[in-house]
Amino acid sequence: MQPKLGLTGWLRWFWRQLTSMRTALFLLLMLAIASIPGSLVPQRTSDPNGVTQYFTDNPDLAPILDKLQAFDVYTSAWFSSIYLLLFISLIGCVIPRTKHHFQALRAKPPTTPARLGRLSGFTTQDAPAHTDARDAITHARTVLKSSGYRVARFDSDTESSVSAERGYLRETGNLVFHAALVGILVTVGFGGGYGFSGQRVLVEGQTFVNTLLAYDSFNPGRFFDDSTLDPYTLSLDDFSVSYEQRNLQAYGQPIDFTADVTVTPKGEAAEPSAVKVNGPLRTNGTSIYLLGNGYAPTIQVTAPDGTVVFSDSVPFLPQDANLTSLGIVKVPDGLAEQLGMIGFFYPTQDKAASGANFSSYPDLEYPLLTLNVYTGDLGLNAGVPTSVYALDTDTLTQQTGGKTDVASIELKPGESAALPGDLGTVSFVDNNPTASAAGDFTQSVPRFASFDIHHDPTQIWLISFSLLVLFGLFTGLLVPRRRVWVKATTRIDGTVHLEYAGLARGDDPALEAAVTTVADRHLKLLKTHQPVVAHPESI
Amino acid sequence: MNLTDSALLNSYSLYALYSAMAVYALAFIAFAVDLARRSSAVGAIEAAELIETDAASPAGFTASAGSTVTLKRPVLSRISARMDNDAALPYGRSSSLRVGVALTVLAWALHLAATIMRGFAADRVPWANMYEFAMTGTLLIMTVFLIVLVRSDLRFLGTFVTGLVLVLLGVAALQFYVEVAPLPPALQSAWLVIHVFVASLATGMFALGFALSAVQLLQFRRENSALEAAAAPRSAVASALRLRFLATLPSSATLENLSYRINIIGFILWTFTLMAGSIWAEQAWGRYWGWDTKEVWTFIIWVIYAGYIHARATRGWRGSRSAWLSIIGFSAVMFNFGIVNVFFKGLHAYSGL
Repeated sequence: MQPKLGLTGWLRWFWRQLTSMRTALFLLLMLAIASIPGSLVPQRTSDPNGVTQYFTDNPDLAPILDKLQAFDVYTSAWFSSIYLLLFISLIGCVIPRTKHHFQALRAKPPTTPARLGRLSGFTTQDAPAHTDARDAITHARTVLKSSGYRVARFDSDTESSVSAERGYLRETGNLVFHAALVGILVTVGFGGGYGFSGQRVLVEGQTFVNTLLAYDSFNPGRFFDDSTLDPYTLSLDDFSVSYEQRNLQAYGQPIDFTADVTVTPKGEAAEPSAVKVNGPLRTNGTSIYLLGNGYAPTIQVTAPDGTVVFSDSVPFLPQDANLTSLGIVKVPDGLAEQLGMIGFFYPTQDKAASGANFSSYPDLEYPLLTLNVYTGDLGLNAGVPTSVYALDTDTLTQQTGGKTDVASIELKPGESAALPGDLGTVSFVDNNPTASAAGDFTQSVPRFASFDIHHDPTQIWLISFSLLVLFGLFTGLLVPRRRVWVKATTRIDGTVHLEYAGLARGDDPALEAAVTTVADRHLKLLKTHQPVVAHPESI
Repeated sequence: MNLTDSALLNSYSLYALYSAMAVYALAFIAFAVDLARRSSAVGAIEAAELIETDAASPAGFTASAGSTVTLKRPVLSRISARMDNDAALPYGRSSSLRVGVALTVLAWALHLAATIMRGFAADRVPWANMYEFAMTGTLLIMTVFLIVLVRSDLRFLGTFVTGLVLVLLGVAALQFYVEVAPLPPALQSAWLVIHVFVASLATGMFALGFALSAVQLLQFRRENSALEAAAAPRSAVASALRLRFLATLPSSATLENLSYRINIIGFILWTFTLMAGSIWAEQAWGRYWGWDTKEVWTFIIWVIYAGYIHARATRGWRGSRSAWLSIIGFSAVMFNFGIVNVFFKGLHAYSGL
């Protein structure tokens, strides 16, 4: 009859399985395989538009994949369970090893084996004449100690030996590596909870105050307290772009984006600064990143009675490398009807053979704004939040462009046009009419920059753990752990026979060379310490 | 630098690169000839030994065994008894092997010149698009190979390394070539120099580790069939006919150790690549990790090699199984470089294609 495993027995069995190297290896390989789908299918966190597109393109497959959490692979139940099991396995493996290592660190090297002949780098030598076996081992001990070995000597009537071990740092590094990985996991898991990230678009000349309401979007961590936001102000003074103009292969490629900003901490003096693509601005506990930019044409809508009902620089979203840009204007109040406009902006307008407009260069060489006008219900009255970058045309009637037979409104900076149905006029305000009059349009349209503002107090922890990971890898993989023994036996004739040997504990390509070096140094030391006066018994 | 100088320098760079490819091709041939010679030398010995055994057997041949046996050792010259030369039939450096190494060094010099000129033509580090990654990456694979040669005799990998570099350079020159262009703002960072360079260096290590693991597997098969041969002499000779040169290469255990040592250096460098990439991502994109496709694959590769290192310490996984992990790992590296860069959507869209 087989003995029955009780509950604790089963648990112990399960724990032993989980913490075995074989399971850890299996989980590692599972982790690698489980990561692959996230690179094949768009992920909500990194590519939300891709996910939407995927649903449109694969209406049948997408919902099934969604059930399997294929669009959130890295937070999915199955992916999480693999890495959590892996880390439990890792912790279960590391704790006993740490204990064991602490004991090893305090223990003496083990007794010298009776036979060294079978070990690595085994060498025998005859000690110089008149050497005493115990003295020889004392010298061997010195040699080994000076090479960083921990030593223990063993003496008997016939032989003396020293047992030495080095490279404890290998196991230390190993344990540090694994512990630091746990540190990284914990920091990543909980760290995000203490920070926030927010986005804000600023047109040249605009100012933003670091408060909750001023953000276009704001994602606080679970443990983040909004009231701790430091209310500094950030103004975008100027956004400058330089384009490649000499190299025809890369003509028009942007080579620099610089957002000149002014930061004013509460109650302090204003400080001019700059944000660049690879140069975030670290200020007041936040990091400000420059993640996007484009044009924000200044558009003004005037009612027939001359009242200005809309006047704003509207950020237009770039659609291609030459900054053909798309923007939306919504005028809910002040006109006879609610007015919506879909605008295209071409910084350097050109016409294709088909008659369609396009932009042929990203800078302001020959700017043109075209507007398709819609009237009707903008859908703003229901109180449902709507995007400022989208216009729902279902409840609107198109008045210009498209299939209406009425040409789109086309405006150059400084021009105005009448809105259809005597609604009023729309103007494309020129930011610098004098320069434009002289043919230089580069100042006519303001630019906008979109900033990401982040606060993550745990990054310093992450860096520290990462450095520990590297330290652990270097030492855990490259420091050789080895044992070396030196044994001295006195023969019947009084001469001393020396034996040297080593044992690798882990990968150790240089073990044999190390044993040889120890032997060489030892013999040299023995020779220099050879007694000048012969031993009394040999006289 | 003015544009005409830049264009001129770039065309010199191309000449140098094509010359390097031609010389690599010659080196590849020389290395292949060396392997063929090894095979025929081994074949000669095996034939001799076969005649010997047959002569010894009662019903054997009566051919002049003695004259053939004299061939046995002179064909092969003993080399130093270093541990990485524990081949079944040690074989010295044939003239074709020497020619192969010399040509490789020459091609490497041209390759280096091509890369440096491209860098000066672009006025920045020469690794900012696929063409340049390939050029610098293969240069580093070759550099790692030549440096390792100084320490251990891996000349027998010459066929693989020159072959791999030749194929990659060919694809780069024909498929990935782009004119010199300035760095987009997203790449204007010191981390471009560090992150990409270390990643390429790690790739060089993994390439060698891969080659050693592949040879290890073949060698393991040969050793097994040699064992079987001891049990059943006649049938095994037939099965050992292919790739006879393996008998002149180190044992599978030695190959495994060499592969491991090279792969752990690669793993450390890869870990650093991953960390440097995170730091750069934090500066450029505002987050240190976002599961971008390239990040995913970098992570997958890291995990595979972590598995490889653990496999060496797992019972039942040493030897051939861990060798397969090293092979899968390098395949993932190549996939990450060749496929993910070009065909996958993501933030690392700097192929320039």
